[in-house]
Amino acid sequence: MAPNSIHWFRKGLRLHDNPALQEAVRGAGTIRCVYFLDPWFAGSSNLGVNRWRFLLQCLDDLDSNLRKLNSRLFVIRGQPANVFPRLFKEWEISRLTFEYDSEPFGKERDAAIKKLAMEAGVEVIIKISHTLYNLDKIIELNGGQPPLTYKRFQTLISRMDPPEMPVETLSSAFMGCCITPVSEDHSEKYGVPSLEELGFDTEGLPSAVWPGGETEALTRIERHLERKAWVANFERPRMNANSLLASPTGLSPYLRFGCLSCRLFYFKLTDLYRKVKKTSTPPLSLYGQLLWREFFYTAATTNPRFDKMEGNPICVRIPWDKNPEALAKWAEAKTGFPWIDAIMTQLRQEGWIHHLARHAVACFLTRGDLWISWEEGMKVFEELLLDADWSVNAGSWMWLSCSSFFQQFFHCYCPVGFGRRTDPNGDFIRRYLPVLRGFPAKYIYDPWNAPDSVQAAAKCIIGVHYPKPMVNHAEASRLNIERMKQIYQQLSRYRGLGQVLAISEALMLDEKAWLTLSCSSPVTPHQLTLGIAHSDLWLVCSWLAMETQFMKPQIHSACADAASRDSLEIYSE
Amino acid sequence: MKRRLSRDIEGSSSSCEELMEVCKRARHPSEDSGDLASNWAWIPQEVLLRIFQYLPLLDRAFASQVCHGWNQAFHMPELWRCFEFELTQPASSYLKATHPDLIKQIIKRHSNHLQYVSFKVDSSTESAEAACDILSQLVNCSLKTLGLISTARPSFMELPKSHFISALTVVFVNSKSLSSLKIDDTPVDDPSLKVLVANNSDTLKLLKMSSCPHVSPAGILCVADQCHGLRELALNYHLLSDELLLALSSEKHVHLEHLRIDVVSENPGQQFHTIKKSSWDAMVRHSPKFNLVMYFFLYEEEFGPFFRDEIPVTHLYFGRSVSKDVLGRVGMNCPRLVELVVCANGLRPLDEELIRIAERCKQLSAIGLGECEVSCSAFVEFVKMCGRRLSQLSIMEEVLIPDHKYSLDEIHWEVSKHLGRVWFPDMMPTW
Repeated sequence: MAPNSIHWFRKGLRLHDNPALQEAVRGAGTIRCVYFLDPWFAGSSNLGVNRWRFLLQCLDDLDSNLRKLNSRLFVIRGQPANVFPRLFKEWEISRLTFEYDSEPFGKERDAAIKKLAMEAGVEVIIKISHTLYNLDKIIELNGGQPPLTYKRFQTLISRMDPPEMPVETLSSAFMGCCITPVSEDHSEKYGVPSLEELGFDTEGLPSAVWPGGETEALTRIERHLERKAWVANFERPRMNANSLLASPTGLSPYLRFGCLSCRLFYFKLTDLYRKVKKTSTPPLSLYGQLLWREFFYTAATTNPRFDKMEGNPICVRIPWDKNPEALAKWAEAKTGFPWIDAIMTQLRQEGWIHHLARHAVACFLTRGDLWISWEEGMKVFEELLLDADWSVNAGSWMWLSCSSFFQQFFHCYCPVGFGRRTDPNGDFIRRYLPVLRGFPAKYIYDPWNAPDSVQAAAKCIIGVHYPKPMVNHAEASRLNIERMKQIYQQLSRYRGLGQVLAISEALMLDEKAWLTLSCSSPVTPHQLTLGIAHSDLWLVCSWLAMETQFMKPQIHSACADAASRDSLEIYSE
Repeated sequence: MKRRLSRDIEGSSSSCEELMEVCKRARHPSEDSGDLASNWAWIPQEVLLRIFQYLPLLDRAFASQVCHGWNQAFHMPELWRCFEFELTQPASSYLKATHPDLIKQIIKRHSNHLQYVSFKVDSSTESAEAACDILSQLVNCSLKTLGLISTARPSFMELPKSHFISALTVVFVNSKSLSSLKIDDTPVDDPSLKVLVANNSDTLKLLKMSSCPHVSPAGILCVADQCHGLRELALNYHLLSDELLLALSSEKHVHLEHLRIDVVSENPGQQFHTIKKSSWDAMVRHSPKFNLVMYFFLYEEEFGPFFRDEIPVTHLYFGRSVSKDVLGRVGMNCPRLVELVVCANGLRPLDEELIRIAERCKQLSAIGLGECEVSCSAFVEFVKMCGRRLSQLSIMEEVLIPDHKYSLDEIHWEVSKHLGRVWFPDMMPTW
């Protein structure tokens, strides 16, 4: 008997390149596509209205595209674990399909559902299509540990087979005799809710700058590629004032929700490059956006505490300050630094900011000025940023706060200078902070330095109509760079207290991400051991002939081969 | 001391568990574990000491619960030479504080064993007060090292000055053998420095006091005049004077090893005094190998007095935007330069300035560039000229501007070739 299938949408909200959906349809008698919405009353606090609206638009789009195939989307209230048993019975289901979710909680949830399904005699088919590669293969290739530097990641990728081709879009032809039984009251029972139904107050809500849905995503990718072809330049575009604004060719939110298949994007980029440049091997930098996403997914997939500082083996324990007042000022765009406030305003209003803008506000919150934990910033982004999913958001915050991933900490973005260099005229500020419109370009980034006459002329007195700057940046950054140095010095814990770390021959670090540490007799320069002890990240001993004052030294071991050398970044003082 | 110490989630007690397992077996020797197990209860104290030295404090504390002998070992003086008091409040910090009972124990039983002590405090005033409280009780200590470290906002500055000073001077007066003192971001003042000097002038080797606004140039001069063993000094530029440098270069003074100077602007347009070239020359003559580390946090227009003459700076950090012009002067006047970090410049390429630095700063081995621009060709030229002496090359990806000779993908091979190792620019996530 032909099976009755359920395809379970979570991410992957699309009909193109959806191998799991294909498997649901293949040879089946009936197909029902479900999406679970819980909690239902998400709108009670009006948090994340842009994110919810985007999601609902994606679901609407899916429903409308499924209608063209004589099918519908089934939006269901409740938790999958509670609802599935009933659905399996009611619809006599024998096959369940879904796209693989690499995130640790996703894996846990899916394992439970799989078990439930097997107990009910339901066949479960899972397909990878949210990432370019099978992430477990990457980890395997790296000796069982996810790569912790982007360079290492790129090296591993370049050794693997290219990603699988995207599969064809679901069509009537493919569906064949497979149908979806749709009841008369489908829209009441299983229709896509509106924002109001979910409890959001939509009065005065401006229209979405980033409209959700697969249809929009596919239009955008064509535009994106057209622009690239026209420019015939695949280099990273130079940052200018315009880059800060939402672009009609921007794709990141669509990749996050899965409205756009990353594999489709990958192959279209490759094809275009080959056509324009007439060579066959595109450089890895062409796929920068996709590979960073993949990198963070890989780093997170085996680490349930990836989004925390405590108990996270790859996160340095930094003594961040707890300061709810300061955090609120940052989140609500009331820091008194127009550059920061304009960015946070754009974020809250539209749901997207340029990646360099993210660096600026993340640095300001954490290691640059406020010294507040990256976990707090991550939570704010999770609520407001359309393309912030768990792995990428947490990973990026750890990166930008110098809590992990081996990057340098000497460079701090200035909340005045950085903005000024990017957009000298200050148009971005004027657009998102209309109260500052009257300030000339000379003072718009640091209006507190403007003479009283200028402030009066601008009809904006600093401290009255717009807040005074909440910190003295020079002082704050001086203190914080000292703190960061202390942390990394402290990681060679016993120095300065009389004891010295012993070291032994460095093993091939591409095989193992950590080795054991022992303390006994004096250091000999050619031997070196890295370790993870307790909740500190890396304990390091200093053996460098040359001491660096401001940066993390890079040690290049003669015994490691070229490929693994880039994973040999070890910190000392 | 009972088991009230809360366990750290990540605190690995595997080593501790093993010890406890072994000790359990010692009490109930089983047939197949052999007689080795029963000897664990009788390990000599010296051996126990060595073992305990490898264990972190928490594991040692658990081990001390096992039996009377191990408890005694836990309290051996050698294990209490170094201690770091971590003073935090749950409302202001994520990290755990040193347990108050443990602090009481230390003061009661081990204060005269303490030699190397540091206090890490968070941004709350209570933590700073707690530190002062402990300090005032360290009457029997002859400390060699004392560090007061703020891990977030400098909370020592929020204390009433007299309260802080009286606590600190307890240590100054009683230790009499202070060798290393870190009191950055504290309200220490000239009179307390006098007390320090009166009691510790023979032993003081290291003094770090950046951002101590109550100290005057006269106060620090007193230290330099009396403490002839001083090897490392860190202070702010406003405390620097020609007299200070000459005092540090006097015959009686040992060779200085490390001088760190923070140049920080309070308000835009601040004026800074100059130091005579002759004072720097005297320093170099007296201490030819000394490191001069300078941190600049100035507005672009405040650099007027700096880099007009030759200055023996070895490590230079520009924390804010610095102009092309100033970087050009750096190239001309800093022959001893070893490390250079430029956080930001502007949108005009630094090609000429970098080449000049490669030419004239022959000791340069580390460079970090943030928001700057350098053309790829000039960068390759720079690396070629420096060659393998560049052991630290940290350039953000956006700095390098591709030109007709090199693209971004090609440049890392060229640079790697000249450096003799694999090199890539620093990357930032783009998503």
